[in-house]
Parts: sequence; C-alpha cells; structure tokens
Amino acid sequence: MILDGKCPKGPIETSWDRHRFETKLVNPANKRKYKVLVVGTGLAGGAAAATLGELGYQVEAFCYQDSARRAHSIAAQGGINAAKNYPNDGDSIYRLFYDTIKGGDFRAREADVWRLAQVSNNIIDQCVAQGVPFARDYAGYLDNRSFGGAQVSRTFYARGQTGQQLLLGAYSALSRQVKAGTVKLYVRREMLDLVVVDGVARGITCRNLCTGEIESYWGDAVVLATGGYVNVFYLSTNAMGCSVTATWKAAKKGAFFANPCYTQIHPTCIPQTGEHQSKLTLMSESLRNDGRCWVPKKKEDCDKFPNDIAEEDRDYYLERKYPSFGNLAPRDIASRAAKEQCDDDRGVGPGKRGVYLDFSTAINRVGEDTIAERYGNLFEMYEKITDENGYKRPMRIYPAPHYSMGGLWVDYNCMSNVPGLFVLGEANFSVHGANRLGASALMQGLADGYFVIPYTIAGYLATVKPGAIKADHAEFKKSAEDVKAEINKMLSINGKKTPAQLHRELGKIMWNNVGMARSRESLNEALKVIPQIREEFWNNVKITGSGEEFNQQLENAGRLADFLEFGELLAKDALVREESCGGHFRTEHQYEDGEAKRDDENFCYVAAWEFKGAGKEPELHKEPLKFDNVHLAVRSYK
Amino acid sequence: MKLKLHVWRQKGPNAPGKMETYDADHVSPDQSFLEMLDEVNEVLVKEGKDPIAFDHDCREGICGMCSQVINGVPHGGQDRTTVCQLHMRSFKDGDEIFIEPWKARAFPVIKDLAVDRGAYDRIIQAGGYTSCHTGGVSDGNAILIGKDAADYAMDAAECIGCGACAASCPNSSAMLFTSAKVAQLAVLPQGAVEAKRRVNAMLEEAQACGFGNCTNHYECQAACPKGINVKFIAKLNREYIKALLP
Ligand SMILES: Cc1cc2nc3c(=O)[nH]c(=O)nc-3n(C[C@H](O)[C@H](O)[C@H](O)COP(=O)(O)OP(=O)(O)OC[C@H]3O[C@@H](n4cnc5c(N)ncnc54)[C@H](O)[C@@H]3O)c2cc1C
Ligand code: FES
Repeated sequence: MILDGKCPKGPIETSWDRHRFETKLVNPANKRKYKVLVVGTGLAGGAAAATLGELGYQVEAFCYQDSARRAHSIAAQGGINAAKNYPNDGDSIYRLFYDTIKGGDFRAREADVWRLAQVSNNIIDQCVAQGVPFARDYAGYLDNRSFGGAQVSRTFYARGQTGQQLLLGAYSALSRQVKAGTVKLYVRREMLDLVVVDGVARGITCRNLCTGEIESYWGDAVVLATGGYVNVFYLSTNAMGCSVTATWKAAKKGAFFANPCYTQIHPTCIPQTGEHQSKLTLMSESLRNDGRCWVPKKKEDCDKFPNDIAEEDRDYYLERKYPSFGNLAPRDIASRAAKEQCDDDRGVGPGKRGVYLDFSTAINRVGEDTIAERYGNLFEMYEKITDENGYKRPMRIYPAPHYSMGGLWVDYNCMSNVPGLFVLGEANFSVHGANRLGASALMQGLADGYFVIPYTIAGYLATVKPGAIKADHAEFKKSAEDVKAEINKMLSINGKKTPAQLHRELGKIMWNNVGMARSRESLNEALKVIPQIREEFWNNVKITGSGEEFNQQLENAGRLADFLEFGELLAKDALVREESCGGHFRTEHQYEDGEAKRDDENFCYVAAWEFKGAGKEPELHKEPLKFDNVHLAVRSYK
Repeated sequence: MKLKLHVWRQKGPNAPGKMETYDADHVSPDQSFLEMLDEVNEVLVKEGKDPIAFDHDCREGICGMCSQVINGVPHGGQDRTTVCQLHMRSFKDGDEIFIEPWKARAFPVIKDLAVDRGAYDRIIQAGGYTSCHTGGVSDGNAILIGKDAADYAMDAAECIGCGACAASCPNSSAMLFTSAKVAQLAVLPQGAVEAKRRVNAMLEEAQACGFGNCTNHYECQAACPKGINVKFIAKLNREYIKALLP
C-alpha cells in the first residue's frame, strides 16, 4: 500500500494556518460529551491532557510511574529549540525547518517539520507563562545556547535540567485540570493492549501495577504519548521502565510501525564500567559548547594520565574532520567518529571504549565558575558516577543508545492508520527523519501536545458519535482475557533465567549487530539470534510471585517480551534499508571517507510495517517523501 | 566486597512488616546502590523467593522515584545524592546496611520499600501552578525577569518531589516541598498574581493529607538530594502572612 500523509497542499509557509482553518471544530457545549484517553504524561502526553482538559473534553490520563511528574522527559538536560532569533544571529522559522530536515538526513516530511518550526516560538511563551525558570541574562531577557547541527544559538535552557522544568510546567497545567475535574489521572497503570472495534480505536486495557487488576477504559479517541524504545538495547540513557509495550501492542492491533531502524546513539554518555550496569547516563550535548573531544594521536599514550599528554599529541578529531561545525557536529556523526577512534585502538579508559571531553580550554577562557554555572549539575553527576573531577581532568565519554526517531506511523494530524488512535512525541515517527538534532525532542513533544493535537483531534471527534462504544463491549472483555492469558502464560514457565538476564542477552546482540554500524551480515545474524532468545524467554524465564500483586519482575518480563518481538522488526527494517542515512549506518553504503551514503532514488520513503500475526512476515508499506522546499543534497557538516 | 543487608519486608499495605537479612556477596565499588539491590534480587528470584520491591526509574537522580531510608537517613545521607546515585564505593567490606521505606503517615507502604506519594500530587493540584491557558500568552521576553529572581526560582524549582523531606522530618511535615513551589512561583511576576490563593490552598491540602507542621528541625534540608534550602520555608511563611493581610 502507498501511504498518504495527508499533508496540506500549496505553499508551505501557510500550510498549518490553512489546515487549522479547514479542520472541523467541536463546539464548546459538545466537547464535554467526548472522552479522550491519553496514555503517557511526559511532555507530549502531559501537555496534551492538560490542553484537552482546558478545552473542555473529559480526559483520562495514564502513566506507569507513581506520579505524572516522573515521565522520562524529566531527565532531559540540555535545552529546547525555538526560532525566536532573540540573539539576532540569523535564525528564522525557515532556518529551523531547514536545519531539522537536513539534520534528519532528508527522511522526514516537510509539512510536519514546518509546523514544528512555526509553533516552536509559542512553546517558549507558553512555558514562560507557566513559570518555567528559563535562564535569563542580567537585563532580564531569555538566554540562549548552541546545540549540534545548527550554526545559530536557538536553544533555551533551565540550567542542566530543562526537561525537568518543562515537564513540571506541563505537570502543573495538568494538575490544574485535575483540580478542575476535567482530567482524571491513573498512575501506576501500564497499558497492555489497545482495544479496536471494527477497525476503530475505542479504548485500552491496563494493568494496575499495585493490585495487578486488569482494567478496561473506553474513550472516543486514544492518544499514545508513551515515549521511545531504545531500551531494546538494554543499556541506554532511558529510564528503566521505558518500553515499546504501548506502541507495540497498538502495532499488533493494526497500527503501522514506521522506520523502527532509525535509532539515535548519543555521542556523550558515561562509558560502561561492568556487567552489573543497569543503565547509561547521558552527559548533555550542551557540554560540547565548551568541551572539546579528543583522543591520543599515539596508541601508546592511551593509558597515560590525560593531562600529561602534550597538546601536539592530541587528536581533536571532530575539529579536524568537520572544521565548520567542529565539536558541534550532529549526533550521528559525532558518535560514529568516536567509534572510529576507538576502533582504531585510540580509545581511553577501562575497556578502551571512551574518548575525552575536555573543558580546559574553556576554563582557561572564561573561568571555572562560569563553567560551573553553565553545567554544574552535570559535573556533579559525572563525579558521582565515575569518582573523577571533570574540572581537573577531561571527562571520559562514549556513545550510547538514546532516542528513537522511528515510532508509530501517523499522518499530518498525528493520527495513525487506525482511526481514533493518535500518537505524539517520541512515540511517533514524524519529524526527525533518520536523525534528531539536539533540543528538538522537547520541542516536538510540547508542539504535539499543546499546539497540534488540540486542533487535529477535533477534526476527528467531529465525525464520531460520543460514547458510542463503552467498556461493556465484547472487545474489551476479550482484550482483558487475552492480557490475563499472556500474564498467566509467563508466570507458569518457571524456568531458570531472570528477565534481566535475557534482556541483557537481547541488548548485546542489538548493540553489537544492530547498533552504530550495521551490515547485511550482522543483521542477518541478529535476525537469527533474536528469535532464539525469544524462544528461550517463552520456555525458560523465571518470574516469582503472582499477577495479582505489585510484581516488578512481571512488569519487566512483559516489557521484555515485547522488545523480543519488536527487536526483530527493527533489525528487519535495517536490513531492508540498503542505504546509510542519519543514525542508520550500513557499512556497505559509505563514501571513501567513511561518510554515510544515502540512496534517494530507491529509499526516499517512510517504511511503515504492518504486523501480520505472530511468526508471520510483516508487510512493508511505503510513504514516498517529496521535497519541494529544500533541495535534496548530500548532508555535509565539513 | 561483602555486605549484610537488613531490609524492611511488607507484603502489602495492610500486612505487617519486618526486617529480613540478606547477604550481598559480590559488590563492586562502581555499582550503584540500586544495582547492588538488583543483584540481590536476581539471586532471590533464582531461589524462587520474592524479590525486594523498590521504586526507581531514571536512575540518574532526577525523576524522584527512588525512595529508601538507608541506615536511618533518607537517600543514605550523602550530600545532594539520591539513592540511585549513591555508589557502593562509599561503603566498605563487611558493612551492615539497614534499608527501610519512607516513613510518614501520608506515605503509606504499598509493598516493601515502595510507598504511595500521591499526597504530594494533591498538594500541587491544590494550587502549584499559574492559571494560564494554552495559547494566548504574551511573548517570553515581554516579561522581564532579573537574573537573580530567575536563579532564585530555579533553585526552588529543582525539587524532584521524592518525599525525603517529609520522610526525614520528626513531624512528617511537607513544608520544604510545599515551600519550594510556593517560593518559585511567588518570586516570578507570572506567579505572583495568584500568590495569596496558592499559599493558602497548598497549606490546607498539606494538612488534609496528614502532614505535620514545621518546627524548624531542618532535617529536610539535610536529607534533600537537591539541596533545596530552608530559606524557602521562610519565604512561604512570609507569603502566608501576606495572604492574611487584606
Ligand atoms: C537523558 C536524556 C536527555 C535528553 N535531553 C534532551 C534535551 O536536552 N533536549 C531535547 O530536546 N530532548 C532531550 N531528550 C529527549 C527527550 O527528553 C524525549 O524524547 C522526550 O522528553 C520524550 O517525551 P515524551 O512525552 O514523548 O515521552 P516520555 O517523557 O518518555 O513519557 C512517556 C510517558 O508514557 C508513559 N508510558 C509509557 N509506556 C506506558 C504504558 N505501557 N502504559 C502507561 N503509560 C506508559 C510513561 O509513564 C510516561 O508518562 C533527552 C532524553 C534523555 C533520555
Ligand atoms: S530513580 Fe530517578 S531519582 Fe532515583
């Protein structure tokens, strides 16, 4: 099937305004008759639930943590982009649009990206009004910093805790609606199924994580804002509970999964120390404003104390390879460059999988106090984890799985191919193409939640009768039965390996074979091994306790079961995409200097996969990408 | 290194609880505290025993989910450190460690070390926001905010809502938590408009949730993993008095 993103035609500059005008409205008195379920209370879901509640819809919002404020958006450090052009350095909506399309290696839809750039400015205003304490200069104006892939300073920030502050802003707006009675919050609930009746999304099935009860919720529309899936690699910068479960369950009910192979490996994370490790910690990209990446030129220097290595014996490889962007090269490029240095045996630290991020030049220029003011909490975090002082010696960093550009396929209205199912934030695939630029995910989450879904959902709701199908419908019962059956099946195995053990095995094959560099051979091997691990899971996993109680092993096992199916799709997508683009690097497709080689003739499309049943080949649908406003070019940061 | 753990085990909200003892035999100094517990749990699961339930998510000190009293101190007593950021290098071979859940009337135990902190959400729902609608707000730079005020607001806003303040307080008071939000919004022009209503509503709710009053023990500041300062409680008191005046 050739998919249609239903983007507005005509000049892109006015596309969103025209679309908003043409979209149907729900009149204020009718809004309260509609119920909308919002799964996820991160930036995307929190903003959506708050805004829809304000508008007068009945909203029910769900998250697996004990509070809406703890969604993993909380962990975003560096900042959020907007095209305000406050610094007068040449920014504009067009430039943000262009940078995002180029940053995504020309694999995103133009109209969606334009809209994102356009509403970016409203986001900053909204957050300021909520009391988000963005950094200010002495005159009281908003301050900006730079992020990778841009030559302007357009990133707004709140120390090293921008995500926290933005999420608390959305959480406060959400809390206000809870008080007002328009939003009902369900915390410690995990969505384990999407309920579809006659092809239309009608509700969800959840597990109450405290009591184990399986619960049904109906809605006139379902909004998924459940975040990303890079925990498929086991070790990542995501929180322990982040999973593909919600989106994968929806995929199994008919929603297409788009571009699963587009995963982002972030260049600056704290290297792994041992097998016991449960997650990796990011050091914000903003550090690359002042930090310089280097490795020793000579292999024999790798074990030396870094400060003892002479300036001329250091290879500032990003500055050398990409003189015009230098240390602010985009993430995919910076990550591969770090891997290259380590593959060349010039890595540092335990296991030699690390490069230096050095602040001494900046400290000499502006002083330690200024650096501390900019990134104090990050230096603190680094020291807690590594026991090393980043002011006194360079930090050690290495790339780690961080973000998923892929996600459920949605059209311009953020609606999936299943009518009534909307997908927002990291959970959808829409705007970042094959690589996301720094500070753009927060922007996307809030854009989708505050400024897109409130308009586009009305266009859908205006066409359906409110409350037509409720939780007493047979499909709800069937869904609940299926969920219970799967839980009981898992609990009954009583094998020998714990979920964490098997997850680690999956992570290893995903990282080694489907990670930063992929080849036909490595992918084929992964496609052989993943089903074996899945097989072992269903025969040999051990979960203690029952389903009718607070049971974290069971939660982990359920998430892993989904990763074990989804990981295979990810590898398959990577195998089919015979080109390199953004975060997807196929070793067969590169230029002589090692840069990614795209194939626009054959792969300028969105790959949207349809689940066809357990053990059956998924079907690939394509949405061709057209570029009318930017010129398809080789992406160069030299 | 080898450690002996004494851990609070409680099947459910209404079940009786007690301390149980476990050995952690292969602890690496680079491990985080939660990773150490993960390994203890792996062993328990393989033996078919119920693993220790504890809340956690981000494991980088920002989500506020982790919540354990270690050797009598919420988060273990290392300066500005959450449990998940606590590393085993701060313990030594042969140590005995006591691990308990948050203790405060308003935070009932769900299981073992996991507690219900819904009360903190209810305090925010009572008024911890500015009542602005989405859209229709002015340009971000139309409201000038001096750097000092912005920094002060940010110092308060760093609170992660973990509950350590109430868990450490002899009165189980939620005053540090409440004051951080009151102070953040009161110092900003956007929030000052509703300052009176907010401080009253939030204090009333805190009381309704069963939190006690502040009698200046300052245990909260010592326990706070984000170093939230008790000066915000003073600010809350000033805001409260201002709200009493006509
Ligand atoms: C360490 C780190 C730093 C980052 N820094 C930046 C940055 O500086 N700038 C930037 O732009 N981006 C940054 N990002 C990316 C950005 O933070 C995320 O992409 C974005 O916040 C995702 O928001 P979201 O609302 O889509 O999902 P999340 O915030 O992940 O929220 C997901 C929500 O879904 C819920 N959920 C998930 N599954 C289920 C289920 N099955 N049932 C019920 N509920 C469920 C969760 O409880 C949660 O509420 C960073 C990411 C990380 C990990
Ligand atoms: S797990 Fe998030 S703060 Fe500790």
